[in-house]
Amino acid sequence: MAKTDFEIPKLEHPVKIPAIMEGASSHLSIHPANEQMKTKLGFPEKRVDNWQETAIAKLGELKDKYRSLKIFLDVCVKCGSCADKCHYFLGTGDPNNMPVARQELMRKVYRKNFTIGGKLFGSLARAEDLTEEVLKEWVTYFHQCSQCRRCSVFCPFGIDTAEITMAAREIMDSIGVGHKYSLEIIGKVHDTGNNLGIPKPALTSTLEFLEEDVKETTGADVKFPLDVEGAEVLMVVPSADFFSSPHVDSLVGYAKVFHAAGVSFTFSSHASEFANFGMFVGNYAQMQKIAGRIVQAAHDLKVKRIVVGECGHAWRVAYSFWNTLVGPFDFLDQAHPAPQHICEFTNGLIKRGALKLDKSANDEFTVTFHDSCNVARASRMGDTPGGQFEIPREILKATCNKYVEMPEEVNRERTFCCGGGGGLLTDELMELRVKGAAPKAAALKEMMDEKGVNVMAMICAICKAQFTKVLPYYDIPMETVGGVHQFVSNAIQLGDK
Amino acid sequence: MAMVEMAGKQLDLDEDGYLTNLEQWDKQVADALAKTEGIEMSEAHWEVVNFLRDYYAEFKIAPMIRILTKEIGKKLGKEKGNTKYLYELYPGGPAKQACKIAGLPKPTGCV
Ligand code: SF4
Ligand code: SF4
Repeated sequence: MAKTDFEIPKLEHPVKIPAIMEGASSHLSIHPANEQMKTKLGFPEKRVDNWQETAIAKLGELKDKYRSLKIFLDVCVKCGSCADKCHYFLGTGDPNNMPVARQELMRKVYRKNFTIGGKLFGSLARAEDLTEEVLKEWVTYFHQCSQCRRCSVFCPFGIDTAEITMAAREIMDSIGVGHKYSLEIIGKVHDTGNNLGIPKPALTSTLEFLEEDVKETTGADVKFPLDVEGAEVLMVVPSADFFSSPHVDSLVGYAKVFHAAGVSFTFSSHASEFANFGMFVGNYAQMQKIAGRIVQAAHDLKVKRIVVGECGHAWRVAYSFWNTLVGPFDFLDQAHPAPQHICEFTNGLIKRGALKLDKSANDEFTVTFHDSCNVARASRMGDTPGGQFEIPREILKATCNKYVEMPEEVNRERTFCCGGGGGLLTDELMELRVKGAAPKAAALKEMMDEKGVNVMAMICAICKAQFTKVLPYYDIPMETVGGVHQFVSNAIQLGDK
Repeated sequence: MAMVEMAGKQLDLDEDGYLTNLEQWDKQVADALAKTEGIEMSEAHWEVVNFLRDYYAEFKIAPMIRILTKEIGKKLGKEKGNTKYLYELYPGGPAKQACKIAGLPKPTGCV
């Protein structure tokens, strides 16, 4: 495997609490966004002169606007129950990666500026100014949180560190301190309609390639339509599905499902992205603008439904925020949820017996499922509680003969992050990504050794990209990573319909 | 961003070592960039780089990995038309490492 200049954690399941090492990951820092990326999104091109004042004012504004943020900053009792629940703490041993310590980075500044105790007693009340030193901690450790919300599951008050991280990044952007990875990508969505920056001619040729490829392998005329007005469904997927492996195998799966169901659909070149990095930088205006492209495309193409692909955080954005940000969706066919997850769509067909599936096509696989954070802990799916857990599992069980559950302590709402979510899927943070993946990789390794698991399926483009890159550091082959619709694609029979 | 002296030229590289001025690319630059990645360019390596460059010239983006593997399969034989072989050539990944050597911008997104 690739040479590394850091120590790769030893995989142990259940994961052991590491020895605390002050500053163990303080050297991991982000590439700053350049001036052009910042101005394009309306942020100051350079750190503003009165950055402290500006940041405090922004914090004041955010805590008043989002009551939850103020409550999270006020109510922590330092019980410590979240301390060992973060994969980045478990992987690095850096105490600033304990969720409570991460929150404290903001809380101490909040206390100093917005509480009487903090104003009067300063450091005695654990209050601190936003100094150059503290800003440096913010830049570092608010980019070592993947906004996975695992810590909040174990907090008696439900304090959500993800929300604090989002606010911190929004404050930093507002003073002209931003992360290249996220801001560059948001810029590309505005320019080309997708995170990768795929122009329309490339998208067209990619989809034509897939049509031919599927024709060659199955003999069926499965279509991958683009910008077709009057299609029933607008299908919006993470753009990684048009580029990476194994992502593309799920894309083929979606198209086969539509083909088999006889439902017409289209992709859109205007909205060729489901991902929404506006959430990662805590910026609602960006989130709205990015999501707005999808609604625009739905209107322009006169579709009746919107179905979305395998992407975790975007499902949270769609499920929890679309209605407020870009709703209402009363122009769509009300007989179907808007938006609808492709897993709901496929599972509905399976339950009605509308798909012909040959499970033996997946007999070489013993499959397990990885719950992606934003699906598991920040949204739901279908019309029953826990649908976000059961629906993808039902699909896997309907398409594969050998399905195995992950151990309970890393499963469903307790799942560990892949280590690359929340805007951290960038190479300068590779050490963090490798270490943060350790808890989930350890559970997977155990399943491979004990239960013969050879693939882990998931419904998130970031999880797929992250795991294919980092699992090889643990001698787990990248082919172990798969998308749920990849198994649908293998099993589905496309005979006469 | 930094100016780096390489292959007898002053090159503009970004933080990850990718050319920011694609015009500066030539075969010597590719060889030099490959060296920084610990890669000795063979004919097979060049097939990948050449295809990436041709595709980029037409579409202004790197091709989907599946398109690349299929093309390499056509050129070098079916048994080589797969991701595994591409990772043998470019252990850092065909998309990222091969793009760097080909002088293309780094693909970023959920990849
Ligand atoms: S949200 Fe996730 S990454 Fe962030 S502190 Fe909590 S457990 Fe860690
Ligand atoms: S679990 Fe909640 S209350 Fe306890 S230390 Fe963590 S954030 Fe504070």
